[in-house]
Amino acid sequence: MKKVELINVSKSYDKQVDVISNINVTIEPGEFFVLVGPSGCGKSTMLRMIAGLEEITGGTLKIGEQIANNLSPDKRDLSMVFQNYALYPHLTVQQNITFGLDVKRMKKDEQKRKAAEVASMLGLTDYLARKPRELSGGQRQRVALARAIVSETPICLMDEPLSNLDAKLRAHMRSEIRRIQRTLGITMIYVTHDQVEAMTMGDRIMILHEGKIQQIGKPIDIYNHPANPFVATFIGSPPMNLAKAVLDETTEELVVENELRIPVPGMERSKLPSHGMTVGIRPESILPLTPEQTGGVKLEVTTTNVEVLGNETIFSFHVGTEEWMAKWSGQWHIGIGEQLPVWLEFDSLSIFDGEEGHLIKKTVDQSHHVVQQEVVE
Amino acid sequence: MKTSLPAKIWLYFLLIVTSLCVFFPVLYAFMISFMTGPEIIQGRFFPQTFNLENYTKVFDRLPLLNYLLNSFIVSISVMLGQLVVCSLAAYAFVFFKFKGRDFIFFLFISTMMIPWEATMIPNVFTIRKLDWFNTYQGLTLPFFALAFGTFLLRQHFLTIPKELHEASQIAGLSRFKFFWKVVLPISKTSLVTLGAYGFLTTWNMYLWPLLITTNQSVRTVQIGLKQLQSQEIATEWGVVMAGVIVVIIPTLLLLFIGQKQLQKGLSQGALK
Amino acid sequence: MNTTGSLWKRSVNGRTALLYLLPSIILFSVFVFYPMFRTIYLSFFLTDQAGNAAINVGFENYQYLLGSSEFQNSMKATILFVLYTVPIGIILALFFALLANEKLKGIGFFRTMYSSTMGVSVAASSVIWLFMFNPSIGMFNRLLQTVGLPQIQWLLDPEWALLSVSMSTIWMNVGFSFLILLGGLQNIDEHLYESSRIDGAGYFYRLRRITLPMLSPTLFFIITISLINAFQTFGQIDILTKGGPSQSTNLIVYSIYREAFVNYQFGTASAQAVILFVIILIVTILQFKLGERKVHYQ
Repeated sequence: MKKVELINVSKSYDKQVDVISNINVTIEPGEFFVLVGPSGCGKSTMLRMIAGLEEITGGTLKIGEQIANNLSPDKRDLSMVFQNYALYPHLTVQQNITFGLDVKRMKKDEQKRKAAEVASMLGLTDYLARKPRELSGGQRQRVALARAIVSETPICLMDEPLSNLDAKLRAHMRSEIRRIQRTLGITMIYVTHDQVEAMTMGDRIMILHEGKIQQIGKPIDIYNHPANPFVATFIGSPPMNLAKAVLDETTEELVVENELRIPVPGMERSKLPSHGMTVGIRPESILPLTPEQTGGVKLEVTTTNVEVLGNETIFSFHVGTEEWMAKWSGQWHIGIGEQLPVWLEFDSLSIFDGEEGHLIKKTVDQSHHVVQQEVVE
Repeated sequence: MKTSLPAKIWLYFLLIVTSLCVFFPVLYAFMISFMTGPEIIQGRFFPQTFNLENYTKVFDRLPLLNYLLNSFIVSISVMLGQLVVCSLAAYAFVFFKFKGRDFIFFLFISTMMIPWEATMIPNVFTIRKLDWFNTYQGLTLPFFALAFGTFLLRQHFLTIPKELHEASQIAGLSRFKFFWKVVLPISKTSLVTLGAYGFLTTWNMYLWPLLITTNQSVRTVQIGLKQLQSQEIATEWGVVMAGVIVVIIPTLLLLFIGQKQLQKGLSQGALK
Repeated sequence: MNTTGSLWKRSVNGRTALLYLLPSIILFSVFVFYPMFRTIYLSFFLTDQAGNAAINVGFENYQYLLGSSEFQNSMKATILFVLYTVPIGIILALFFALLANEKLKGIGFFRTMYSSTMGVSVAASSVIWLFMFNPSIGMFNRLLQTVGLPQIQWLLDPEWALLSVSMSTIWMNVGFSFLILLGGLQNIDEHLYESSRIDGAGYFYRLRRITLPMLSPTLFFIITISLINAFQTFGQIDILTKGGPSQSTNLIVYSIYREAFVNYQFGTASAQAVILFVIILIVTILQFKLGERKVHYQ
């Protein structure tokens, strides 16, 4: 277990513009840290800089207590799993797993013992004598994993290791990688473009966009309190609904897209700026209107699209020029073009500064807690 | 695709007739190599008996065994030399990033446009200055560097995912060990293609051995054939043909075994 | 490992790379680049027996060559030879490759037959053809005799010698061209044919609209190689005709060889070598200029 610290790290090619800038983060020992962002955001470059495969053009990288900027990759005491697995096609599974040990001149029987151990952990025992091309995608992925684990390095880097697997296998491997990381207690730095992977696997996640950190935090905190509109739409599926809004000083209402008027409670008003804002609301916070419902903002919407997913129903509608989505749990029989009464609360809105994009108002905590531990039959 | 029966018959007919025409000279030489003088003058196609007299004669007349050995040594040396020199260069072009790489690569490619015959005069003088007449190094060394071979291997090395190189770096493999333990084993097929090509072309080389062998010590079989033909002209064609057959058997065998490999490898190297 | 250190440190990549390139660079310098420049240099001189430059004569060697009927004859023979061998050789090889690309039982055997000439050295093939061209006991004249046609002095008649050498050369090169073209044919995606079959296209339509366009990079390659090879022909001339009769088969490389190593005229030989180099350079450049426009790359 080692920590990894990036201080003011930046990257530029040919002394041109920085593709990554101002990265400051400390990844704690034993932490599962996820780097997530759309493709081209610089997340892989960052991982490769940590691995030593890419030169760091500015700032300091510390691995453990040691400055690692100029260390060669093999001196950094880490392992890496690549997106295409990077298995040696001419070597058997066993030789692939022990490749790094062999380079470090470990004794042959010691190598064998370790390979057997890791292979049984990952269910590869029967395939040790095969060549990579004789394996399925999932098995190859496991070999790549085994190769990283067997090296017993305190830090493991993974670059989109699951993106070549089908959905079912991916879900399974997510929990398996997580389990292995916990048992071995390694520090994991994991790159993905898939926000579901980030949410389900990370102890903490870092969202990168255009080479800049957007937010670092626990997945649930990021979900609840996204730091800016980019994060709000990147995390969560369907994404958070956004729209332009201004404060109507006379009626003390938030006017969204010139259409939706939301009263602002007295104590909140002072926090809101006089210029434009972006409001956001999660699809699950737009609720079906029942006759008993008294508070909140009621509105009538016309559905433009409906998707029934078995246990939940997602429909879209227009608010001004924006298309919003709502997610209701359960199956709802809704037709396209139907008028639908819904309601929402001021509390569940996220409000961002219209110019700088930072979060002005968080949503109010709506999480549930298990109160009673017993279930009574 | 299915082919109809009449089309099939027509195809087989064409295949048999044309391939026979192509192979005929070799077959003819093979037949002649068993014939006695009178039989040849009669103009028969099949010899009366397959006796090996011509073969024993040709080994008597010429130090053919010696020439064969020379040809093997020269061909295998050039083959190995090319494999080493070309694979090293191709590795540098693919797995190193450095200033001037494109320029050096262009220089390599430009050597393909310089016909070897246009440079042979100074080359003969160079060999004379080095006192390499009638030596194996004189016969082989000038052919070790080969732009075509470098290009062929480079094309194959380019298909190796760069992640393999990175994974090796993380494992702590040195540059040379990565070349030796990963790149070369993965590229076995291209190496075999280039090796077969190198062996074949060197075995068949004519002008260079003609220029720099002045005695029998390192003379190759091709020059032996010229010698044989000029000695024996119009007299004992059976013996000459026996010599021809002995000379072409190694390369024909190599071609029969490696035909598929050569065809794939060469057309890939030619195109991409 | 990249570092932001000194220039020396940063160039470590380049220096290691140079180590790998060094064998090639040295060999190319000694046996290709140096002799090329040396040849150009020598072409402006009269030389002594040992090939040392003696008297600078400027362009006189070239002037002499261009005026000499011997050299003009050699150029004419070379160009004729190229025209005889290259188109026919490639069309034959293409025909064989198309035949051998059909999926039939035992096709591997035929492929081996077609490619076999690649395994027969120039010296060996020349000796075989020398026998076949033999006026009294050779196969060709016997054939003519049985059909009742007059005998031909294949290699001894100035009218026929170049044609005879061309015939044998076509045969020698057909194996290699065949192998390359077959490789090109087999790289064509099978689905293209399947979809054209669904459209009901016939064999020759497919040949014209799919096979040849898709094969054009390979054809382009083999045409270039064949042209260059034809200009470099030597072995068959040395064994079959020695440039004769009356210099009708004195191709340029043979002429260089004679001039340099029989007549010891290294200056004029070098000038011829430079001309050969220029011709091949022009052919390659023309090929690439024309080819780039016409060739259909996948």
